[in-house]
Amino acid sequence: MRDARSVVARMWGLVVSALLLGSSLGGSVSAQVPSRSAGDDVTLIRGGTILTITRGRIENGSILIRGGKIAAVGRNIEAPPGAKIIEARGKYIMPGIIDCHSHIAIDGGVNEGTLSVTSMVRIEDVLDPTDINIYRNLAGGVTTANILHGSANAIGGLNAVIKLRWGKTAREMLFEGAMPGIKFALGENPKRSNFTPPPGTPRRYPATRLGVEYTIREAFTQARNYMRQWEEYERRKRAGENVVPPRRDLKLEPLVEVLQGKRLVHAHAYRADEILMLIRLAEEFGFKIATFQHVLEGYKVAREIAAHGAGASTFSDWWAYKVEAYDAIPYNGAIMARKGVIVSFNSDSAELARRLNLEAAKAMKYGGLSEDEALALITINPAQQLRIEHRVGSIEVGKDADLVIYSGHPLSVYSIVEKVFIDGQLYFDREADLARRAEIQKEKEALKARERSAERRPGPRSRPPQEEVDGNVEHPLPPGPSKEVRP
Amino acid sequence: MRERALVFIIAFGLVPALSLVSAWAQRGETYAITNARIVPITSPVIERGTILIRAGKIAAVGRNVSIPAGARVINAQGMWVYPGFIDSGTTIGLTEIGQVAATVDVNEIGDFNPQLKAIVAVNPSSELIPVTRVNGITTVLTTPRGGILSGQAALINLDGWTWEEMLVKAPVGIYFNFPTIVSGRFFDVETFQQRERSFEEARRQRQERLQRVRRLLDDARAYAQAKRAAEAGVPEGNAANLRDRQPLLVNPVLEALVPVVEGTLPLIVAANDARDIKAAVEFAEEQKVKIILSGGLEAPKVAPLLKEKNIPVLLGPVLSLPRHEDDPYDSPFTVAKQLYEAGVKFAFLTNDASNARNLPYHAAMAVAFGLPREEALRALTISPAEIFGVADQLGSIEVGKVANLVVWDGDPLEVRSHVRHLFINGRPVPLETKHTQLYERYRNRP
Repeated sequence: MRDARSVVARMWGLVVSALLLGSSLGGSVSAQVPSRSAGDDVTLIRGGTILTITRGRIENGSILIRGGKIAAVGRNIEAPPGAKIIEARGKYIMPGIIDCHSHIAIDGGVNEGTLSVTSMVRIEDVLDPTDINIYRNLAGGVTTANILHGSANAIGGLNAVIKLRWGKTAREMLFEGAMPGIKFALGENPKRSNFTPPPGTPRRYPATRLGVEYTIREAFTQARNYMRQWEEYERRKRAGENVVPPRRDLKLEPLVEVLQGKRLVHAHAYRADEILMLIRLAEEFGFKIATFQHVLEGYKVAREIAAHGAGASTFSDWWAYKVEAYDAIPYNGAIMARKGVIVSFNSDSAELARRLNLEAAKAMKYGGLSEDEALALITINPAQQLRIEHRVGSIEVGKDADLVIYSGHPLSVYSIVEKVFIDGQLYFDREADLARRAEIQKEKEALKARERSAERRPGPRSRPPQEEVDGNVEHPLPPGPSKEVRP
Repeated sequence: MRERALVFIIAFGLVPALSLVSAWAQRGETYAITNARIVPITSPVIERGTILIRAGKIAAVGRNVSIPAGARVINAQGMWVYPGFIDSGTTIGLTEIGQVAATVDVNEIGDFNPQLKAIVAVNPSSELIPVTRVNGITTVLTTPRGGILSGQAALINLDGWTWEEMLVKAPVGIYFNFPTIVSGRFFDVETFQQRERSFEEARRQRQERLQRVRRLLDDARAYAQAKRAAEAGVPEGNAANLRDRQPLLVNPVLEALVPVVEGTLPLIVAANDARDIKAAVEFAEEQKVKIILSGGLEAPKVAPLLKEKNIPVLLGPVLSLPRHEDDPYDSPFTVAKQLYEAGVKFAFLTNDASNARNLPYHAAMAVAFGLPREEALRALTISPAEIFGVADQLGSIEVGKVANLVVWDGDPLEVRSHVRHLFINGRPVPLETKHTQLYERYRNRP
């Protein structure tokens, strides 16, 4: 039954997407789709209030989209012949939301929890493009997400930045050209695999914050040695010597990239001491932390974070779910922003990701950020943190047409997402979603009926493949009361 | 009067709010909130109105209220006054830090604990309490959650030196985790392994659990009968009865269930799936007990039944993911609207503690997805007061009711609005919290 239903859900999303995307799906469905006309990739969104984020607000403005990019933004834009027109009178348009900490679209568990350093594993290898949470988050205005490994290890796996191109393959979802990154984790989570190990399981190092520091130091010491071996090899090769290359180490390679400034570090951290520890350790090894994730005590060391040049990707108001979150305050984002840190608000939750616009509004309530500063927390700031600000995060000519149309101001609780575009293509349309519901329900009933009649038929039935376990588990322990699976 | 108001404004601007407020915070003081837009909930909005607070109660409300000499005046020019919001399901006071077991008193050992009283373990010094109330939530239902019959829920105000001072009403009901049918893969804690449970096995398990509840309720009925008999005494000269006469052996577990089987105390039944809700209603019918549904995220599917049996719903959390993969993406957001249209009474809950402060945004999301705003406000105020049987004290701005009042600088359902003044039990409550303290300390770090 479960399988039949999930098939419906996946089919539903794919069908809706197919309807929305039309010609963009290409060969496989081309027979049903009218052939591509000149106007197909030209769209004009007309007559809405545009919140550009970086260039202020345009009343009664229009956005011209061509070839998936923003071709023009302003008040007097004529629709080219054949352009598709989207009326947005009375609506608000803002850039697609960027979620800098997400665990959606991951097949299976998010943690490789067996080792303290797992820089050899890649989220990219386990992306699940059929995860329904992609669609749900899209319906909340999210267009880009930083998909991270869990926080069980001091040095975790490699991340994947994706666009929520629902209906596409895992490979097609990858944010092409996004700078690669890696997850680190400090504090309780890398320690807590020791709290209640399953029977017969040895305790895993480290068990203290001291050990976490040493684990990272040890890994980078090895990485530096490894880098030097390769440099020496390259030098001797260049000199014409016949040398044997060093043995490749897939665990150390990403860390070498960190040392070379080619890979971003996204470090899960809570307490001020551990944040400062990692800053100093990184400085000692000559690299930068791209973002501290969660960083709930960041407000205590905002000056140091700003001086290092790290970004802070935090929650608006989660607190008290564990000791290291007990000094978390909803003013954290505002204090860090005021002290010169680039701050973003993330979800870390498929549920919260559907309303990050309202999370941004909390930074106005707590700490008094302006509307633009608040909206920057979920758009241009996370874009900067992920080094994709040349592509997304604001409404500017030349950027990707990743846009959200809201029924009202996105910082108001009464506004809802009506349409979401990625690369100029309509990926979510509330009207289309509502229109499809009756049909989906009918299809579901038909599938259920078929399943029931199959159950009544005698003889062996082939077993449907088992569904994978829920991916939203932060550590290898069984989930306890709801809050415990949080970061 | 004008002068006094002016002095107040100046003073408020200069002196930290706390000291001013604590200087006032004596029982029996009279306060007047003036020039306010008053939203009484149960009657139309009053523009530029005054609320007089005396001895903890609302003494007068209206446009032409004369302010007695000596009353403290709060000029709420341009502000709104709402009754304090009620969160109809939390663990506030019973938990401090989620993952530190020593600070959590939510889940007791054992499946049947109807005798446990949430109120006696409410920690009035919890840092979560001020954090919650400064967003306009003045009253919460706090409940144990463990086992099957978890214990007695308490309705508390979020201010008081002791839990006795916080108490509004207890017990309000006995929390009942309705046994669900959960088949499929699950993590077996006993073996630390993934295991598969068939639908038949899951259904059998539910039946067994319900059977245990039935037996317990039967025992409670027998106990109630024995109790009545013992209290009635034995008629003179009735030798046979005299011989059988025994003192009643008090059994606290059954004692706690007597008002349930007598139909005076409801079971607060936690259930979300339509199948479970339907089974819970049938169970209540069969056992002749009163129930309040808690959760109810699939309640619209059985709304006619709930309406027919007059069963209210403590709904939420609205801000949760759809129950099933193939549910519409907005399904939890639209539940309130559907219940409203079906005529089912409901109130909102967060099932949270540290972030129960976000209660208004659960209601707001329901409004964004179709619930009339006035109905959302009712579900935060008068509806829970009615459901918990305290509508004579709480839930609206009416003369004689407890002065749980919140002065907002904007729409309380909007995230950007702030609480500017807060009264609980007619006392002004400082807007200081652990969070504002840390904010002040660290924003000023050199």
